[in-house]
Formats: sequence, structure tokens, C-alpha cells
Amino acid sequence: MAEKKSTRQAYGEYLVKLGETNENLVVLDADLSGATKTNIFKKAYPDRHFNVGIAEANLMGMSAGLATAGKVPFASTFAIFGAGRAYEIIRNSICYPKLNVKIALTHSGISVGEDGGSHQSIEDIALMRVIPNMTVLSPADAVETEKMMDAALAINGPVYIRLGRSDVPVLFDETYVFEVGKAGLLKSGEDVTIIATGMMVGPAMEAAERLKVDGISAQVLNMGSIKPIDVDAISDAAIKTGAIVTAEEHSIIGGLGSAVAEVLGDVAPVPLERVGVKDLFGQSGKVAPLMEKYGLTANDIVEAAQKAIGRK
Amino acid sequence: MAFLEETVRGIRKDIVKMIGKAASGHPGGSLSSAEILTLLYFEQMNVDEKNPKKDDRDRFVLSKGHAAPVLYATLAAKGFFPREELQDLRQLGSMLQGHPDMNKVPGVDMSTGSLGQGISVAAGMALAGKIDNKAHKVFVLLGDGELQEGLVWEAAMAASHYQLNNLIAFVDNNNLQIDGAICEVMSPFPIDAKFKAFGWNVITVEDGHSFDELRTAVEAAKKSEDKPTVIICQTVKGKCVSFMENNAGWHGKGPNAEEVKQALAELEA
Repeated sequence: MAEKKSTRQAYGEYLVKLGETNENLVVLDADLSGATKTNIFKKAYPDRHFNVGIAEANLMGMSAGLATAGKVPFASTFAIFGAGRAYEIIRNSICYPKLNVKIALTHSGISVGEDGGSHQSIEDIALMRVIPNMTVLSPADAVETEKMMDAALAINGPVYIRLGRSDVPVLFDETYVFEVGKAGLLKSGEDVTIIATGMMVGPAMEAAERLKVDGISAQVLNMGSIKPIDVDAISDAAIKTGAIVTAEEHSIIGGLGSAVAEVLGDVAPVPLERVGVKDLFGQSGKVAPLMEKYGLTANDIVEAAQKAIGRK
Repeated sequence: MAFLEETVRGIRKDIVKMIGKAASGHPGGSLSSAEILTLLYFEQMNVDEKNPKKDDRDRFVLSKGHAAPVLYATLAAKGFFPREELQDLRQLGSMLQGHPDMNKVPGVDMSTGSLGQGISVAAGMALAGKIDNKAHKVFVLLGDGELQEGLVWEAAMAASHYQLNNLIAFVDNNNLQIDGAICEVMSPFPIDAKFKAFGWNVITVEDGHSFDELRTAVEAAKKSEDKPTVIICQTVKGKCVSFMENNAGWHGKGPNAEEVKQALAELEA
């Protein structure tokens, strides 16, 4: 059994490490520092952690102001409040002036669990992806979270990092290399390519194993960088395998599935099946049954792959 | 004194001319806040038009970003960029966008336009100054209608909580917004008591077009020990252009050639 860790936990822990060498790094939270794990940073650097209270719009506005003065703010709250409630502040005060703010939002997707549909953000990738100047990163595990935070720091501009609440298997080791705009080939295959992001990467790998039993050779791409997206990797996969499945813990409207569909439409139209939340709100429940209910399991990916291959 | 009066007269003329040329823009709220910007840029703020990004400069955020013409005219008068640029206001490819763009215009410290956001950003700037023990001030200009935005009060709460005495806000209280009188659309009154309740140092300026009154207020604000200061300025929308004064219809409309001529004649008088 692989080690398990939530991406929010990895985020909070790695912030401390980044804070050691980056004295301009500051962290802002909106009364959720225990849940977003920025309280780990607060413990190490109390003078560089600012809790603005339950005021997400001001969280983003003040982060923008700090960035104009050379600070590198990491702004955190739940995805639903950050990408949702504070959307237009992110759009106009951070992205429009291209300010150096890192927006790291936790509790994305339905794996929030028991808090229910009001708190389960299934739109954040769509909302962040559509804004010019924004980079959108969606880590699959704890290691990729750290690598993406390094990559985000290297960018002089806004970056959105999508983090989750639930523990997920650690898929990568320290040798893993992440590059913005590049997909990671996790498994090579001939018949279909599964392009997954975030916590769906694990189930995508599992689905590929199951398909193998049925004699289907599935390729798996980890699409951690959703914007910019790796056009070449998608196009090559479409030409090589002739069928694509996307898998994300997000609405099938506007997220990874849409981003891949845009690329396929532009350069290499092949059958595409999108695994994700099908234009529905979530609800309360334990994570595993929720993932099953909303069609976000390895089984769902297997079925989608068979369907996509059947459409060739 | 005569220098400031002459300067603000020139700024008003430039506001009218550039909005007339663009046939689009916001004259009313630009004219109502002309003395505030003139006093700041020509007397109170530490800025260097030859080095617009110098580290220890005082910052200015035009939270009511639609008053961009008054900011552009003031910056041009101060020498941040040539006055000829003003005639390209709102034209395709111009650095002078309908609302200020910090990446295009020398001297603009923050891109604004969506109301309520500038004061939040200014609070972040002031917090950065505190973190680094800097002496500079952050000035921000709000509209009175803008106070209807909830974010203003989130930022007001935070500025007081973090004891941002380096933050000085102005409210351009000209009493009108696009749809009419602010007290009829959605009253923000009492403005002073609201800021006081949020923990701010509150100063009221009875005549927001008097340099003496504004100067006294700013100098007092600079001495605030542990509170952010708001200077609530009673102003006249469309000030100094008779047909624009106190007329909400001139919130966001460009004057035609005849109206520009009349306005300039009044400003020359």
C-alpha cells in the first residue's frame, strides 16, 4: 500500500520550506488556516502569515497589493470561495495587471465529502482557466504539489494551484520532474490514451491495468499543467492511439475535458469521452461512495475507454 | 497657492478636452476630485516623475478607476508622460485605457476600474510597507457610490485590524452616482460614523475643492499613530463646468464640440 497524503497537507508543509529561502514569501488565509494547512507556515513564520478573516474578496485584493510591493503572496481558502466568490477580484486585480500572486485553493472537487454540494467546487478549473495571464496547475499527489509550488515561484505572474482535502496515494518520488505546459507520460499504450489530472491520475493508472486484462493497451498521461496545456502531447496521443478519455474531479464543462476537446478540435479530431462531474452539483457523503455516485472511479474510466475505442 | 490653482485649472481643461476628443469617459467624478489629486501629486506625495517606480515613493490608488482622466491629466501635468498622449484617451492602442492600467501608464501604481477593489489592494500595499518598516504612505481615492461595494468594508476592517496608519483614503463625496443621488439609489450615509465604527481615524473636509482644507486634513492624517485615516471630502460633481455641476447625467458621457468650447471658456474665465 502506497503512502497516502493530501495535497493540502503537502502544500502547508512545503510552504515552510519555501519560506526558508524566500523572505518575500507571505501567506494569506481567510479563517481556514487549519483546513488549508497554512497554519503550518504560520507556526514557522508568524510574522509572514496574515489571516484576513472570512473575507475572500479582500484576501485576493490585499494579496494583489502585497504583490505590487515585491511580496510573493500565497493566498489560500477553499476553492469554492477563492475561485467562486472572489473570482472577479482575481480577474481584475491579479490577472489583469499580471501580479505575482499564487492562488492555492484547497477542498476542490467533490472529495470534500460531508460538507456537501455548497462546498464542493466543480467549476474552479473552468473559472481560472478562462482568465488571460493565469497559469492553472492541478497536482496528482504530494510530490507533484511540491514541484508545482517550485514551478509557480519561478513564474512572475498569477498561478492557480488546485488542491484537495482527501488523502491520495503518493505516486511520484523525488526524482519526478514537473514542467509547466508539459504532460507526463506515465504509461505508454496503443489503443487509447487516458488523460487525467489531480486525484483521478491514480484511478487512471488502475483503469489502464484493468484494460490490459481485456487485451486493451491504454496509454496514460498526467496533465498537471492544465493551462498552458501540452498541445503536442495531446495531438501525438490522438494520432498514435486514435481515441482519448479525460478524467478529472471537476465538471466535464470547462475543465480538463473541455481543454482537451479544444485541442482535439483544433489539431487532431478523434473520439473523446470525458469522465467528470456531469453538470451536476455534489452532495454530502463519504468520499468513496461520492466518487462512485458521480462516476469518478477506475471502472468509469474503463467503460469510457471501451466506448471511445468503439467509436473509432 | 496660485500655483496649485493654476495647475488644477489646467488639469480640468485637459479633462474636458480629452473626454471631448474621446467622445466617451467620466467627466463628473474627474472634475470633482481634481483638487485632491493636484494637492497630492504637486505637494503632498513623494513621487519622482523621472523615476516612477522608485522604491520609497508614496503610492496612489484610484479606487474609483472611472475617474481615470483626472489621474492621467495630473500625471501628465507632473511630467510622468507628454501631455500630447492625453488626446489618445480610450483610443485603440493607447496607453490611456478607459480605466487605469499600471503596466501601460508611467506613474499609475495599480490597475483599477472595478469598484471596491482599489482600497483592498491599497490595504495590501500598506501592509507590505509595514512588513518592511517603510516610511511611505499609500493614498487611495474612493467614490461615495463606491462605498456600496461590500469589499470596501472588508478592506476597511482589515486596515484597522492591521493598524495601517500609513493608509490614507479619500472619499469623493459628490453625492451622485450613475443612476442618480446616492441617498436615493442606496444611501451610504452616515459615512463618517461607518468608518469610525470600523476603527478608522475620520476627518471631514467641508470644501473638497479648498487646497487649504485638504492640506490640513492630509497633514493630520499623516500623523495618525495607529489607525488608517479616511478624509471625507464634500465635493461638487462636474465642478467648475456650470452645465455639468451636480448633474448625474454627466457621470459617464463625453461633451460634444460645442460643450467642450463652453466648458473651456468657463474654465478660462
